[in-house]
Amino acid sequence: MTLPPCYTNPEPDDESPADPSRRSFVIGSAAATAAALISPILGAAPATAETPPKSDPNAVAVVLDVNGKRHELRLDPRTTLLDALREHLDLTGTKKGCDQGACGACTVLVDGKRINSCLTLAVMNSGKAITTIEGLASNGRLNPVQAAFIRNDGFQCGYCTSGQICSAVALLREGHTHSDDEIREWMSGNICRCGAYPGIVAAIREAANARV
Amino acid sequence: MHAFDYVRAKDLSGAITSGSRPAAKFVAGGTNLIDLMKSEVERPAHLVDINGLGLAAVERVPGGIRIGALARMNDVALHPLVQQGFPAISQALLASASPQLRNMASIGGNLMQRTRCTYFRELTFAPCNKRDPGSGCAAMEGENRTHAVLGTSSSCIATHPSDLAVVLAALDAVITLHGRDGERKVMATDFHLLPGSTPHVEHALRHGEVITAVFVPDAAHASHSSYLKVRDRSEFEFALASAAVGLELSGGTIRSARVALGGVGTKPWRSREAERALIGKSPATATFRDAAEAALTGAIPHEQNRFKIELAKRTLVRSLTDLAGGAA
Amino acid sequence: MIPIIGEPHDRVDGRQKVTGEARYAAENNLPNLAYAVLVTSTIPAGSIAAIDAAAAKSAPGVISVISHLNAPKLPDTGGQQQESNAAEHHHMPFSDDSVHYVGQAVAAVVADTFEHATHAAGLVRVNYRPTPARIVMEEHRSDAKERQGNAPATFSKGDAEGALASAPVKVDQVYRIPYEHHNQMEPHALVAAWDGDRLTVHDSAQNIFTTRQTLAKAFGVPTESVRVMSPFVGGAFGSKGSAWPHVFIAVMAARMVRRPVKIALTRRQAYFSNGHRPLTEQRVALGATADGKLVAMIHEGIGQTNTVCDYVEGFTSPTRSMYATPNVRVAHRVVELDLPSPTYMRAPGENPGMYALESAMDEMAYALKIDPIQLRVLNHADDDPANGKPWSSKSIKECYAQGAERFGWPRRTSEPRSMRDGRQLIGLGMASATYPSHRAPASARAVMHRDGNVDVSSGTHEMGMGTATVMAQLAAETLGVPFERVTFRYGDTTLPRAPISAGSLTVASVGSAVFAASSQLKRKVIDLATADASSPLNGTDPNDIDAADGKLTLKSDPSRGEAYAAILRRHYLDTMDAAADEKPEPNDPYSARAFGAVFAEVGVDPDLGIVRVRRIVAAFAGGRILNAKTARSQYHGGIIQGIGMALLEQTHLDRNLGAFTNVNLAENLVPVNADVRSIDVILVPEDDPHVNPIGAKGIGEIGIVGVAPAIANAVYHATGKRVRDLPITIEKLL
Repeated sequence: MTLPPCYTNPEPDDESPADPSRRSFVIGSAAATAAALISPILGAAPATAETPPKSDPNAVAVVLDVNGKRHELRLDPRTTLLDALREHLDLTGTKKGCDQGACGACTVLVDGKRINSCLTLAVMNSGKAITTIEGLASNGRLNPVQAAFIRNDGFQCGYCTSGQICSAVALLREGHTHSDDEIREWMSGNICRCGAYPGIVAAIREAANARV
Repeated sequence: MHAFDYVRAKDLSGAITSGSRPAAKFVAGGTNLIDLMKSEVERPAHLVDINGLGLAAVERVPGGIRIGALARMNDVALHPLVQQGFPAISQALLASASPQLRNMASIGGNLMQRTRCTYFRELTFAPCNKRDPGSGCAAMEGENRTHAVLGTSSSCIATHPSDLAVVLAALDAVITLHGRDGERKVMATDFHLLPGSTPHVEHALRHGEVITAVFVPDAAHASHSSYLKVRDRSEFEFALASAAVGLELSGGTIRSARVALGGVGTKPWRSREAERALIGKSPATATFRDAAEAALTGAIPHEQNRFKIELAKRTLVRSLTDLAGGAA
Repeated sequence: MIPIIGEPHDRVDGRQKVTGEARYAAENNLPNLAYAVLVTSTIPAGSIAAIDAAAAKSAPGVISVISHLNAPKLPDTGGQQQESNAAEHHHMPFSDDSVHYVGQAVAAVVADTFEHATHAAGLVRVNYRPTPARIVMEEHRSDAKERQGNAPATFSKGDAEGALASAPVKVDQVYRIPYEHHNQMEPHALVAAWDGDRLTVHDSAQNIFTTRQTLAKAFGVPTESVRVMSPFVGGAFGSKGSAWPHVFIAVMAARMVRRPVKIALTRRQAYFSNGHRPLTEQRVALGATADGKLVAMIHEGIGQTNTVCDYVEGFTSPTRSMYATPNVRVAHRVVELDLPSPTYMRAPGENPGMYALESAMDEMAYALKIDPIQLRVLNHADDDPANGKPWSSKSIKECYAQGAERFGWPRRTSEPRSMRDGRQLIGLGMASATYPSHRAPASARAVMHRDGNVDVSSGTHEMGMGTATVMAQLAAETLGVPFERVTFRYGDTTLPRAPISAGSLTVASVGSAVFAASSQLKRKVIDLATADASSPLNGTDPNDIDAADGKLTLKSDPSRGEAYAAILRRHYLDTMDAAADEKPEPNDPYSARAFGAVFAEVGVDPDLGIVRVRRIVAAFAGGRILNAKTARSQYHGGIIQGIGMALLEQTHLDRNLGAFTNVNLAENLVPVNADVRSIDVILVPEDDPHVNPIGAKGIGEIGIVGVAPAIANAVYHATGKRVRDLPITIEKLL
């Protein structure tokens, strides 16, 4: 069957998987072994993303230790930790849901404790050990909480997921996992509008049981 | 957000010096201040980060406990000294905000947090006497379901948002402040101010002063205390009504009592009237109801928050009932 | 063969989502990116008298300040009748000085950083000439008018008024649902970049093809030169089906400053300029015989809209089809106010309408003193009362039965306040659920590679429904290849055209196209093999060939067969492909709807008025279920939003300012984890040969329908108080 021109896919490169521009449009890979996808845009962006905005006179020196990597930045002091991660380090796994500390999507670990990265300035976190969602897997192996979220379908749209998982990783360390009700209470700082709470609780219960 | 210069204070005197400059603000957890800076309700020219000052210990001192002003809410809530001697403090902290915010927010900052009144913090084009003195109050004739019924004035009906401050008011806590003139102490009940005709003046802290500690005295009514918070959502919401109560019971009689209400007052609402109605009586529903009536005497409702008067009474009766029952 | 369809496969995009690799619209940090921040109106009606942008223009980092004073005038793209999704097409952004609601974009500041743009936006001073505003719907009831929406505004048969007047038992009440917001976790955002006359947009959207067409019209470029991508969408629930003003502003700004521009709306902004479920006031009047047969149904009322959008909340839609009654009259009308534009929100029409209808049915059951399930079964509609057509399938009686059994409905004592657990009053309530099964034209392409891998594509959307996973399952099973071999690509207008992802139509529409393309591809390979002298399948009957596990095999002689890959290799083919354009049959002889039954148990603190939902059991029959895991999650999500609707959700409106007030996630309450206890979903099996080639009815919306009335009915059972205005908050039960 012939498709009208605007309906067909003009991308000529379906058959050249080595070409990164093809991968850039692969969104939902069913392959369990799918390689990590690069940015679904032009691929080159992350390389430039760490450049500070052009010589801002108010900029201050900030050293961010994120996922074990040290980043020396000059930032507008108004830059929140969340915006520093997303806009300056291109670590976009940490999400901006409300920017007001009311949803938990921006949850990261700072010196091992879960916090909302939208309500702290990057400069206030200079030198602290910051762990984001990108830092939880090691050598391609998912953190057990990440794996449990997949198995238990602890997400739908995925936008709260980074925050949920960072929160859950901290929760396991805190030990507030004695019952489903305790998990629910201590996970109530992470809103999921898709309503994946049953899967989230099941995933955390599973990860907690696996630790014992 | 307006531009500011950022200063990290190394010690208390440095903090006081930096913080004494005009338009300077201290930041600790940042959970309230940075949010308000984003909406430009707060516009500090100098932001003095006091997180390097220490001041985070929870320790036993003669006659009570001393909580460092930079201790974080979760740490205080889960501290054995607090859980054992002052359960209402622990309960109030754990009923506050979210685990993440409680990891960030300091005790001092909790006392300094500003109202959730939407006209103050979100609809910054609306008149608000607290934000813009003399401009008027949009809440009086507007959306006021969550607003205060106690301690209101014709200028302001904004509710004080803190849970912890309600317990501290109940338990006779003393707040230690440091400024250029040295140290001074203020009773928690005197720290927050009624709005009157100056709702923008919210507390007894002078410009440049730092909250350094909170002392809570030991008492039988402190170790036998509780905090009950009523709200629409199960978690992660400010109070519609709350009650901090402490009772010392012996021989079927209430020897001492402490009562404060939250979610209904323009400041944390200590009710000595309610305490008087309890002391010397036997713990019974009628007594508790008398105390509740006394606590809400003089309450002034607006169109949407009339229910808070009855809700606060019932919240107080419930918390006294449960606390007395637990002792029996 | 291991079945693929129906299996609870993990999501194919799961790994990307749990590692943070998944990039959402605002996360496309293009080189040389500029940031635009909106300045929004503070009056509900009037005009802009002056804009003072001097301070903003001289602020650090500012590139441009855009308003009606310097913006290009965009043409009206014509609204839905013209294949446009400009939500406010009666007033394109910055087209003039008029103000239609608080929160309308009146200027945009473009700067080099987010901080600079945000700060400078606060420096723009706008003076207004206010005019009297229409804010409170109840004050303008007499101006209610009919507008054509998804369903005609009115429908009637028989003599509803007469039958009601003479009915032995009557219920006649008014139900009210407040303004509610979608509150999806990802606020609206996009990155727009021009390269000459070619436009690339990274949007967060439910409808990329229509957005492409709309932008092409608005900016006067050929459709083919616009590319819209939306691979990950952080929740939508209807709020991203339209091109809202910020989309045009970002595209306009990118063209004006000649740089890629990002707009990420603040949470506060998103409450004003991106749609909401409108306030509705609905009268339902039911008349019944003493033995419970409905003789009259009237459902009428009003909902908010405004003059810049075309939205109509069609809440009488379900009443036309739900119960068998000889006399029906329904009418939904709109009241135009100077308030933000309403839009679709999960199960538009059906969800608000069923709250009213199913509450009234509960009231009728009490009036008749019969069981609520029995009342519904007594009035079961064997055909669709709206049009007399037979149902493609209908299993609501099975839903009632299976749900009631799992829930333990028989242990309910019907008298209000008759059940307790300690201090708590316990209430059990139920309601029916329904949502129509829609389908729209869709295209798909399937490509088989010589290594046996398969790419299937259609430019649909994945907002968390599991679309990517179930489409891969559908293609894998149709082609007979392992699930892991299939990659489904979506979220890009360079792919085959797909419809809006809304109205629970994605599986029916895109699935039918994926099924057709996959079937055709399989047949092409079979034809190649059967005509090939070297193939073991040479000369066999194509209809005698089965495919499984990447291999074609003769059904009548399973020893004969070969792998897809072998066939392609032997013919020196890198790929084989097939494409399909599928559309629903016109004049469908059947009516198609999904149905369900929702059961709720609440505990009410009788002193403090606190309601908590202890458990929900819901049975749904939605045709064929493609993935039990993602389907359950879809139902969970609908049910949890229903819990929010029943007990928490309302956006307050200040009648003096004309502004929504609780415009943040701390005070615009949606359920948190602790609000959700036990949820038990029963997937009632249903074989529907008529609804579409897939046999799936669509399940995205029905999960929310019926939840709020089930909870409201449970609250009545617990307390004896009938709350007819949502949400059921403490003050209504004190």
